[in-house]
Amino acid sequence: MIAYIIRRLLIAIPTILVLIVASFFLMHFAPGGPFTSERPLPPQVLANIEARYGLDQPLWKQLYDYLFNIIVHFDFGPSFKFKDRDVNDIIAQGFPISFTYGSLSFLAATSVGVSLGIAAAIRHNTWIDYFAVGLGIAAQALPNFIMGPILILTFTLWLGLLPGGGWNGGQWQYLIMPVIALSTSYMGSIARITRSSMLEVMSSNFIRTARAKGLPTRILIWRHALKPTLLPVVSYLGPVFVYVLTGSVFVDMYFSTGGLGQAYVGSALSRDYAVLLGVTILYGTLTVVVNLLTDLAYAWFDPKIRY
Amino acid sequence: MFGKSPKAAQLAEDVTDFTAVQGRSLWQDARTRFVQNRAARACVLVLALIVAFTIFGPLFAQWNNEEIDWDIMGNVAAQGMPSLATGHYFGVDDLGRDLYSRVIQATSTSLLVGLIGASMALTVGTMYGIVSGFVGGRTDSIMMRIVDVLMAIPATLVIILLLVIAGRSFFMLFIALGAVSWLSMSRIVRGQTLALKHREFIEAARAAGVSEITIMHRHILPNLLGVVVVYASLMVPEMILAESFISFLGLGVSEPYTSLGSLISEGAGTMAYGTLWQLAVPLFFYVTIIITMFFIGDGLRDALDPKDR
Repeated sequence: MIAYIIRRLLIAIPTILVLIVASFFLMHFAPGGPFTSERPLPPQVLANIEARYGLDQPLWKQLYDYLFNIIVHFDFGPSFKFKDRDVNDIIAQGFPISFTYGSLSFLAATSVGVSLGIAAAIRHNTWIDYFAVGLGIAAQALPNFIMGPILILTFTLWLGLLPGGGWNGGQWQYLIMPVIALSTSYMGSIARITRSSMLEVMSSNFIRTARAKGLPTRILIWRHALKPTLLPVVSYLGPVFVYVLTGSVFVDMYFSTGGLGQAYVGSALSRDYAVLLGVTILYGTLTVVVNLLTDLAYAWFDPKIRY
Repeated sequence: MFGKSPKAAQLAEDVTDFTAVQGRSLWQDARTRFVQNRAARACVLVLALIVAFTIFGPLFAQWNNEEIDWDIMGNVAAQGMPSLATGHYFGVDDLGRDLYSRVIQATSTSLLVGLIGASMALTVGTMYGIVSGFVGGRTDSIMMRIVDVLMAIPATLVIILLLVIAGRSFFMLFIALGAVSWLSMSRIVRGQTLALKHREFIEAARAAGVSEITIMHRHILPNLLGVVVVYASLMVPEMILAESFISFLGLGVSEPYTSLGSLISEGAGTMAYGTLWQLAVPLFFYVTIIITMFFIGDGLRDALDPKDR
C-alpha cells in the first residue's frame, strides 16, 4: 500500500508541474495583455511597466522565476490589475469562502445522495423508489446556475426568508442558498449511481447467501452490501469535487459571496493573467490531490484492486 | 437422409430457404430493447417535437428575434406578457424583443452545441483512445499521462480560459467544448480497446496478414461503437449544460444570437420586476431538453450495454 502511495505521488508531482508550465505558456501566447487598452500607452511607459512585472525577461527566465517562487516561497507573484495586492492575497481572501460552502455542498450532495439512493434500492419498485428516481433526475437537470435564480425567487423575493446574497462572515442564513444551489445536481447523480450500484449488489450471490442464512436486512445492508455499493460512488467523488470547484465560480458570481470564483471571472475578463494563472494552478493542484485521495480511498475500499 | 422424419425434412427446407430461426445482430437486439423502453420512447417523441418546433416554429412567428417592439419597450412588465393579440406568444424580453423567436433561436443553438460538442468528443476521443490502447506500451502511457494532466484542469475553467484568450465566437465555443470533452471518452475507448485487442478474432485477423490500421477500423472500431454511442448520448446534455453555464457567465454566443443559458440568465436578472415569463419559458425548454436527453441516454445504455445496468 505504501509503495502504491509513493508511486501515485511520483506521478502526481510531474502532473502538477506540467499543468503549471502548460497554463503558463497558454497565457503567454494569448493575444492582448492586461496593459493593452484602447488608448495605447507610450512605449517608454509600457516598457517600464513590463520591467516592473519582469515581462521584459526572456520567456524561459520568466518561467524559471515563476516556478522558483511558487515552489520555494509559495508566491504566485503580483496581480497585474490591482497594484496593492498580489495573487496570494486574492487567493487568501477568496479561497476560505469558496472552500467553506464548497465542502458543505460536497458533504450535503454525498450524504443526501447516498441515503436517497440506498432508500430507493432497498424499497425497489415502490413509491419511495419512484419518488427518489424522479427527484434524482429532476435534480440532475437543475444545475447550480438554474437553482440560483429559482432559490432567490422563492426564498428571497416571495417568502422573504433568506438574504439574496453576500457572505457576512459565513452566517448560516447566507450559507443555505449557495449550498443548495451547488449541491442539488450532484446529489441527483450520486443518488442515481448509488441506486443502480446497490441494486446490482443486492442481486449478487453473497447477498443471497447472507439472506439464506437468515441475516436480518438491516445487518445485511450495513455489514455486507454497503461497502461494495459505495465503490462506484467513491470513484465519482473526484469528478464531483471538480464540479463543485467550477460551480463555485457561478455561486460566487450570483450570490456575491466574495469567493475565489468572482476573482477568477473578474481576472479573466480584465485579462489579469497573473491571477488567472494562480487560480488555475490552485484548482488544478487541488484536483490532482483529490483524484489521488479518491484513488487511495478506492484501493482501500476494494481489496480486489491491485496496486 | 433427412427425408426419414418429416420434422427434420421441414427443418432442412427451412434452413435452405432462410426461414429458420435467424440470428439477430446486436443492433437489432438493441433496437428492440430501446423501443420497449417506454420512458425512452416518450422522450424521443418529446425531443422530436422540440426539434420540429425549432424548424417550423419560425413560420408562425410574427416578429423576428432582433426586432424591437417599440410600443411595448419600457413597459414590459405591464404589456409584454405572453399574449396572442400582440403576436408575442411567449411575451417579450427586457428590451422588447419577441421571446418566441428568441427561444426558437436559442433552442436550436443549444441543441446544435450539444450535438457538435458531443460529436467532436466522439471523433477525437475515439481515435485517440483506439490508438493509445491498440499501440500500447510506452506510447500508451505517454498518451494517457497527457490525458491525466489535461483532466486535472477543471473543464469549465479551460473553456473560460480559451474563450477569453481566443475571443468569443461560435467557432471558438465549439473548439473549447470539444477540447475538454474528448478526454473521458478517450479513456473509456482505451479501456475497451485494451479488453478487445487480445481476443481471438484480432489474433486471427493478424495471422491472416491484415494490417494494423485495418484491424483498428475494421475489427476494433465496430466493437466499440455500442459503448461509444452510449457515452456520446450522455455527453449531449453535458455539453448543453456547459454551454449554458458559459453563457450565463456572459462568455457564450454573442447578440443577436442567443442560447437557452443566456435567456435564462436574462430572465433571472429581471425576475424581480414581475416579468417571470422571461425566466419560465426558456427554463421550461431547457429542463425538458436535459431530462429527455438523460432518459434517451439511459435507454440507449440499457439497450446497447445490458450488462451495465
